[in-house]
Amino acid sequence: MSTARAIERETATGQLAVNGLTVQVATPSGARTVVDDLSFTLQPGKTLCIAGESGSGKSMTALALMRLLPQPMARVAHGTALLGGRDILALPEAEMRRVRGRRLGMIFQEPMTSLNPVLSIGRQLGGAIAAHGGISAQEIGRRALELLDQVQIPEPARRLKQYPHELSGGMRQRVVIAMALAQNPQILIADEPTTALDVTVQAQILALIRKLQADLGISVIMITHDMGVVAEMADDVLVMQHGRMVEHRPVQAVFTSPAETYTQELLAAVPRLGEMTGTTEPKRALERQDAGQDRPKAAAPLVEVENLTVRFDIKGGILQRPVRRVHAVEGVSFVIKPGETLSLVGESGCGKSTTGKALLNLIPWQGDIRVSGRSTRKLGASAMRPILRDVQMIFQDPYASLDPRMRVGDLVAEPLLIHGLASGSELADRVAYLFGRVGLSPDQMRRYPHEFSGGQRQRICIARALSLSPKLIVADESVAALDVSIQAQVLDLLQDIQDETGIAYLFISHDMAVVEQISHRVAVMYMGRFVEMGSRAQIFENPQHDYTRKLMAAVPVADPSRPRRAFMEKAEDLPSPVHALDYTPPRHAPRDIGGGHLVWEAR
Amino acid sequence: MLAYVARRLIQTALILLGISFVTFILLYLVPADPARQIAGRSATAATVANIREQLGLNLPFYEQYLRYLGGLLNGDLGRSYLQKTEVSTLIASRLPASLLLMAGAIFCELVLGLTMGVVAALKRGSRTDDTLMIASFVGVSAPQFVIGILLLYVFAVKLGWFPIGGYGTFAHLILPSITLGFLGAGWYSRMMRSSLVEVLRQDYIRTARATGTSRARVLFGHALPNAILPIIAMIGIDIGLFMSGIVVVESVFGWPGIGQLAWQAIQRVDIPIIMGVTLVSACAIVLGNLVADLITPLIDPRIKLR
Repeated sequence: MSTARAIERETATGQLAVNGLTVQVATPSGARTVVDDLSFTLQPGKTLCIAGESGSGKSMTALALMRLLPQPMARVAHGTALLGGRDILALPEAEMRRVRGRRLGMIFQEPMTSLNPVLSIGRQLGGAIAAHGGISAQEIGRRALELLDQVQIPEPARRLKQYPHELSGGMRQRVVIAMALAQNPQILIADEPTTALDVTVQAQILALIRKLQADLGISVIMITHDMGVVAEMADDVLVMQHGRMVEHRPVQAVFTSPAETYTQELLAAVPRLGEMTGTTEPKRALERQDAGQDRPKAAAPLVEVENLTVRFDIKGGILQRPVRRVHAVEGVSFVIKPGETLSLVGESGCGKSTTGKALLNLIPWQGDIRVSGRSTRKLGASAMRPILRDVQMIFQDPYASLDPRMRVGDLVAEPLLIHGLASGSELADRVAYLFGRVGLSPDQMRRYPHEFSGGQRQRICIARALSLSPKLIVADESVAALDVSIQAQVLDLLQDIQDETGIAYLFISHDMAVVEQISHRVAVMYMGRFVEMGSRAQIFENPQHDYTRKLMAAVPVADPSRPRRAFMEKAEDLPSPVHALDYTPPRHAPRDIGGGHLVWEAR
Repeated sequence: MLAYVARRLIQTALILLGISFVTFILLYLVPADPARQIAGRSATAATVANIREQLGLNLPFYEQYLRYLGGLLNGDLGRSYLQKTEVSTLIASRLPASLLLMAGAIFCELVLGLTMGVVAALKRGSRTDDTLMIASFVGVSAPQFVIGILLLYVFAVKLGWFPIGGYGTFAHLILPSITLGFLGAGWYSRMMRSSLVEVLRQDYIRTARATGTSRARVLFGHALPNAILPIIAMIGIDIGLFMSGIVVVESVFGWPGIGQLAWQAIQRVDIPIIMGVTLVSACAIVLGNLVADLITPLIDPRIKLR
């Protein structure tokens, strides 16, 4: 009796003790251990952050605790996880099902795919509430509203009837959180819950998780690669590498005196907003005193963009005529000088990628774009070809942007062949040189893309973009998919190439800290327009527009001693860029507040 | 929605116009002479010429086509050369039997194919999976007349469970339906398997399981509505497959549908009937696809008909 009561008490407190957890994945060459002898204890009401880079086994740990490892490849080889006196790793599936949702709730990384596209929000949330039955339809409806209100979703009654595709990423993630909380679990496992979200939304979701934790008294296991998020959330930190625990200590200790070399490296690689204060050149150029000095200061512009406007028609009706219009980019003007990095920064849907694509004529646009003085307006494919020798692009996803059936050497050689610039041994030499230039070995040329890691693939993409010796590379979120240590290497490579060749970059990114490191000049975009543009120092040290300030305030800071941000009330979505056909967008003129620092104020 | 249906119906009319034109050309180019077929082997050249004159077969091609088209616009499919009856009457008397057979076949292929596919997907990699997929492969590769004759031999001749052929009772319907649906069942089981395997791998299935939802609920409530979407599109296309299958199956089982009517008409170069059946079949295919396209948004809210 007393033991039962003790167990009951322990259950209610939500302590989880993991001991010797080992997860193996079956591969053609035998079992591979992805989580190796991991032990930790999660204290009730506390947040444990499991931090590490991709492949460190952090997600596998979470899935193992939920017993949702991908079947039949992965399995728990050893270990126990005691929750309320029971080893959940040894429970039969039928009993484990009752642990899921009731004791352990989980939120996932990708809000776009973690909700069922064909079921309404109400159906899915209701399913989570009534997963174990015994609840009346009326009660389910009442609880669903209460949950949506708890995760700060405006107009909850209307949302219940909506489908996932009608909600923004941040709203969807709130729904996923509501589903995880539906049965009042004591432990919430959050696997990279904000990685796919914009910074301002990330800040809201992190604050929401902290508030829910305080209100409901739950414990949280937070899995993340972002040391900024760790600093914002953790009580304790567990750093993992190659499936093993590197370090497990309170958050302050990890940040102020990291004990292990790996932790030190991980922290050093994190770009910190504001660490470039008082400088004008990008970070790499500062470290190498000789570089960046001969950059022509008053050269003729390489690219001039005037009043660039991109609108997409939405068609409908019997005759498929345009009925509404998406205003993706509205009257954007800028110049890029040789050897300069201009960064476009903003949140998803702000038009920054669209602007980049317009530079390469990949989409129809209005306004004027001149590359080396030559207008590219309405140029056909053949007329555009010589211009594309000067302007190349690197994309976000290094996995999707290399043809899996071509050898990487052929991929890098292809642009040279298309433009008829080299053949035979000259071509082979050129490709070998490019491989060496991006830090790969020329004898890797005969391999296929899948044999390389993400960082190496991005280097191959850079080599391909460099093959034509372009004057400008449009880098669209080119380091967003990489681990911080790899990201730092690729950023260094891009800057070294710039110092050497005087190439210019249009660097498109959502990451303020990365932008601060690499840019000469920065333009902040919001809803298809520039709201502020100026030198790196002007934007980061003296932000004028509200939106710029909001963006910077939202970046998680890798410093646990900083006071954690207060909770923000009801979430607001971005306004829609879709308008009626007769909509004429208002024009704002920028105000120069000195030294070419332009601010567009809505009046 | 209404605008969408209207646009699709206009498209349908254009498609039918194109099909009527192409079929008419092909039949015009056929070396057999319908007038001689009608007149019989012993007829004189004068009789044949007379018949040709009567049917308008001596007119230039475009005039013959325009005449036919004119009739078509008034809902007149012409008269059979040999049966001396309105083609529309003939088709109308035969169509219900064919539609019944098709309904039976769709039922068979859905029940058989979807069950096999779901079981194979849930047990993927097992011996059950292998066995089912081999069976489905037989389904897609065996010619229908072979399956039909095999079923007839075993279940009608040897076991005597079903009548050997003909039309009228529920028992008559079973063997022809299975024969006609066998091919589709093979396709569906393979499609259902791959579609469901893919869906079960999705993040939202993991989300549902993480809330403690039971496996059966995850399968029927979350996975199947997604996995069924490509199958629905397939049923629309399937009606086209049926139209060719029906000619064979109706002949094997002596089923009095439009397949049999078409087969007889082809042997005797009865052009109005061939044209009529072709157009009715084309209509069925286009409408089948339209219905499939209208059902899809009811299941998948992301698809909006514009």
